[in-house]
Amino acid sequence: MPDLTQRSPYGTYLEHCRKGELAYQVSAADGKPVFYPRVAAPGTGRTDLEWRVSKGVGTVYATTVVYYKNEPPLNVALIDLDEGFRMMSRVEGIDAVNVKIGMRVRVKMLPGDEKQPPYPVFTPAEGSQHHPGSTSHPSSGRRGE
Amino acid sequence: MSSKRGSIAVVGVAESDLGQVAPDTSPLDLMAQGTFRALEDCGLKLADIDGVFCAATQVRMGPMALSEYLGIKPKVFDGTQIGGSSFMSHVAHAQAAIEHGLCEVALIAYGSTQRSVSRAAASPREINPYESPYRPFMPPSAYAMAASRHMHQYGTTREQLAEVAVAARKWALLNPKAWEKEPLTIEQVLNARMVSYPFTVRDCCLVLDGGGAMILTSGARAKSLKKKPVYVLGTGEALSHASISSMPDLTVTAAAVSGPKAFAMAGLKPANVDMVSLYDAFTITPIFFLEDLGFCPKGEGGRFVSNGAIAPGGKLPVNTSGGGLSYCHPGMYGLLVMIEAVRQVRRECDKRQVKDCEVALAHGNGGVLSSQCTVIFGSPSTI
Repeated sequence: MPDLTQRSPYGTYLEHCRKGELAYQVSAADGKPVFYPRVAAPGTGRTDLEWRVSKGVGTVYATTVVYYKNEPPLNVALIDLDEGFRMMSRVEGIDAVNVKIGMRVRVKMLPGDEKQPPYPVFTPAEGSQHHPGSTSHPSSGRRGE
Repeated sequence: MSSKRGSIAVVGVAESDLGQVAPDTSPLDLMAQGTFRALEDCGLKLADIDGVFCAATQVRMGPMALSEYLGIKPKVFDGTQIGGSSFMSHVAHAQAAIEHGLCEVALIAYGSTQRSVSRAAASPREINPYESPYRPFMPPSAYAMAASRHMHQYGTTREQLAEVAVAARKWALLNPKAWEKEPLTIEQVLNARMVSYPFTVRDCCLVLDGGGAMILTSGARAKSLKKKPVYVLGTGEALSHASISSMPDLTVTAAAVSGPKAFAMAGLKPANVDMVSLYDAFTITPIFFLEDLGFCPKGEGGRFVSNGAIAPGGKLPVNTSGGGLSYCHPGMYGLLVMIEAVRQVRRECDKRQVKDCEVALAHGNGGVLSSQCTVIFGSPSTI
């Protein structure tokens, strides 16, 4: 369990972001990935969480396009990373309306600014193929629920 | 020990004023107005209330503030805040309290002035560092992503979503209290301003002021009051997540847990239900709940609602008030979801009355498909 007077789970995540890394946790006992970062594994309560750096490749699980006034359409998506965890992000580099479920994507770390710390977005992976398993729920012990 | 079907009954229900209230009206004014109307509805007095259940986005400590406003000192109070389904949860908790003799007359109340003060002021968003940077338009974007998944897996179409809005509007035109007064077509829903794909503004609930109250007591005491009791036959509560990125499967809600719990307690099946009141924050939500509560197989919700099947004259009456889409949605809509179900069982619904309505199911949703609570109501003939 981390010493919360010294460092928070989100703080550690951010340190990785600053290095251009998308970090997640794994429970050592059962190998299950944990995201968002926590002080203990959800469901099991195990405190054996180890930090890992994702390869940053995943598949679009769900997507929407937000229409804010006087702004170009904005993509918001849920991405299933190949390591077995899911996160909210957006897919850049193509029109928001062309982001499709099943699309393969690769992480890109944005530097952020004074108000917003660095954060990960995604772009279509080269030769973007639809992932064959994308139509069903990821099954490989994604969460400890 | 689990609660017993029919041990408590709804004896009084009322809406507060709805739609657009006068400047500087407070959420507590609306809760109190609903409370006094509900007391009038059942013939009980303020001093009879010894249990206060309430949740609101603009009043952080609801039971405390409402008890002070009303000038009562309840023996039991519960401010469970799980979004729009809080009030179904309050019914379940009131039932436990009344069964255990902790209180005898329970008040459930809600009020919001979100139209007057703006949604942003009425329900400030909590910052989530793993979601907020992406600027989802919450809550619509969360439900929109769930809809995207349902469309992808089951072939659900935007036209089928629009059917839900059109059915709600047809019911609303039969309800004098409904906000919307004009007919609506599928084409109008599809061509309206896009908010968060696949939702246009007509796929999204209204943003209005409003509130109401419900009074419950023991089944025994309910028999001596002004109107016929509407018994609580079954309740079920379930949580699955808080943020949409942690929802295990975006096409299955915890209504698949709360529904069977409520049906088991009631000793009933979906086929026994005469009328359904489903929290329609967005057009996708009744589709999810029809599936997860067992009214149609998983994935069939879009086809189930097609061709006016849930509109007046259709195969299943759903959201006869006009729903959150066309009647009223004051931020947390669950109490009004139940009030319509109670009124249907009482046969008080005039032009929109469902014939021979003995059993009505009310289902609440909170957060971003996060909390799901079901209550099944029945007439005296069901006891």
